[in-house]
Amino acid sequence: MKATTTKFELKMGLATREAYGQALAELGRANPNVVALDADLAKSTYSATFAKDFPERFITCGIAEADMVSIASGLALAGKVPFASSFAVFLCDKAYDQLRMCVAYPGVNAKFCGSHGGISIGEDGPSQQAVEDFALMCSLPGFVVVCPADEHAARALVHRMAEHVGPCYMRTGRPKVPVIYNAEEKFEIGKAKVHGSGRDAAIVACGLEVGYALQAQAQLEEEGIHARVLDMHTLKPLDDAAIAQAARECGALVTAEEHVLDGGLGARVAASAAASHPVPMEFVGLRNTYAESGTPEQLVEKYGLTAPHIAAAVKKVLKRKK
Amino acid sequence: MSVPRVESLTELKRLANRLRIDIVRMIGAAGSGHPGGSLSEVELLTALYFRVLRHDPKRPEWPGRDRFVLSKGHGCPALYAVYAAAGYLDPAVLPTLRKLGSPLQGHPDKRMLAILEASTGSLGQGLSIGIGMALAAKMDQADYHVFVMTGDGEVQEGQIWEAAMFAPYHKLGNLTLIVDCNQQQLDDWTEKILSLEPLAEKFRSFGWRAVEIDGHDFEQVLPALEQARANPGAQPTAILAHTVKGKGVSFMENNIKWHGVAPKPDEVAKAVAELEAAAQQL
Repeated sequence: MKATTTKFELKMGLATREAYGQALAELGRANPNVVALDADLAKSTYSATFAKDFPERFITCGIAEADMVSIASGLALAGKVPFASSFAVFLCDKAYDQLRMCVAYPGVNAKFCGSHGGISIGEDGPSQQAVEDFALMCSLPGFVVVCPADEHAARALVHRMAEHVGPCYMRTGRPKVPVIYNAEEKFEIGKAKVHGSGRDAAIVACGLEVGYALQAQAQLEEEGIHARVLDMHTLKPLDDAAIAQAARECGALVTAEEHVLDGGLGARVAASAAASHPVPMEFVGLRNTYAESGTPEQLVEKYGLTAPHIAAAVKKVLKRKK
Repeated sequence: MSVPRVESLTELKRLANRLRIDIVRMIGAAGSGHPGGSLSEVELLTALYFRVLRHDPKRPEWPGRDRFVLSKGHGCPALYAVYAAAGYLDPAVLPTLRKLGSPLQGHPDKRMLAILEASTGSLGQGLSIGIGMALAAKMDQADYHVFVMTGDGEVQEGQIWEAAMFAPYHKLGNLTLIVDCNQQQLDDWTEKILSLEPLAEKFRSFGWRAVEIDGHDFEQVLPALEQARANPGAQPTAILAHTVKGKGVSFMENNIKWHGVAPKPDEVAKAVAELEAAAQQL
């Protein structure tokens, strides 16, 4: 994924899925009760990084996601801290009742990672592209849902997930992404990261869209529009206070996600703002559609998820601002 | 140790009879519930909790305890009755089944009743949960055994077969599946909905040791469960227990109607009278 504009340069870093694997191996070294599971996608989700160091604590379940999720529940009930992964679309969609009944409902301390989130996975196409996982996972009472924007956020949030007692879900992505943070940056579940203090509009984004939001912020600055960016890495629990503050101080919100608009980040931010400080909003995301095969660059362009799309949304919402 | 243990066969049968009375009364009091599948599993649960399982009502969180997961969660009235008889629960709680705030929820809810090993109710998941527990035992080199009970209709769920492939492959000799084969499900006899046969062969072909027993005959139930628990090998056991849905109550036995309908007060009285009369014969 391209990371640069004329003035604004971000160095490319690891894919969040790769950082997940590294962080999981770190956890494995620190806590002998951490175990990992996968459904024959360990090389793709990078749970293989853990498996390499701790083969006796890695369980491959084969292509059987429902079994895997319930097995994770059983492991957690027996005192382990399981991290189960697969592609987000298979984990969340195929094993949704298991996530509901075996994890969310009893509040079991099991963790899940859905990789290959969004359309930026590219050529494999929609059957592998998770575009509903935020909606599904945020609908489950008691689940923590996070989507890190870069390798440092991913690593930090894996550790926060391990410390949190209760069900957690992390979405990771396939492509390498720009580095936004550094290794020392502290992350807290439920606390958005705010970039800039512009008062014209606030762009609330997560995952891949954070890099694009920062590019859009830079582009808009060149045009005299001052937007701040909120990295809403935790979709649940949402940082309602940060949203309310951004709404109050900016008077207009744009959200951006690699997900359908129905039930995603935008919908959740809108509900939050409506309850605290309603302001005009525009939404960047998939509009009631799946994507298709293509290069990641082609897909984010065709389906309207890039920096210029976000910048255009900001200009649109400014027209409605009082 | 305060492990409840009933040695004599006659006493086990008397206990099973009393549990049936408890089940019919509690479902009657609740006004809803699943009598058929609760009554069919009584001897199996009695044998587990009063002879076979290593457990201690005074230490419900004992890490070394055997685990029992009721995957066919709708059969929970029988489990609740067993918990009360074994000393895990105050029997006074039994009439609160399904009432708002009761620890005895309509399907097992571990939030409300911590002694449950798992929350269940959506069929097909308990065997996988049991696998997770059995795996943890192996990792910890702990010698507890994990028992999971499913219904026979329940094995129509695909996840059961995911789990059935997994357990033998992962050498989970510390796992035993009990299938309560009462031959009926909600809409009709299983043969008329989606035949399971040949079920024992299916499990054997997946790598299980499959045994078939009369699920109401303690002289078959006890050895089958004991041998499964004592399994020295790597092969998990599937016990196909042939039972009668609604066992013990003449108007419920093999009657599809009683899958998920509660007896009315006069029906409760009739059932209890029958059961009490049967007790005299023991």
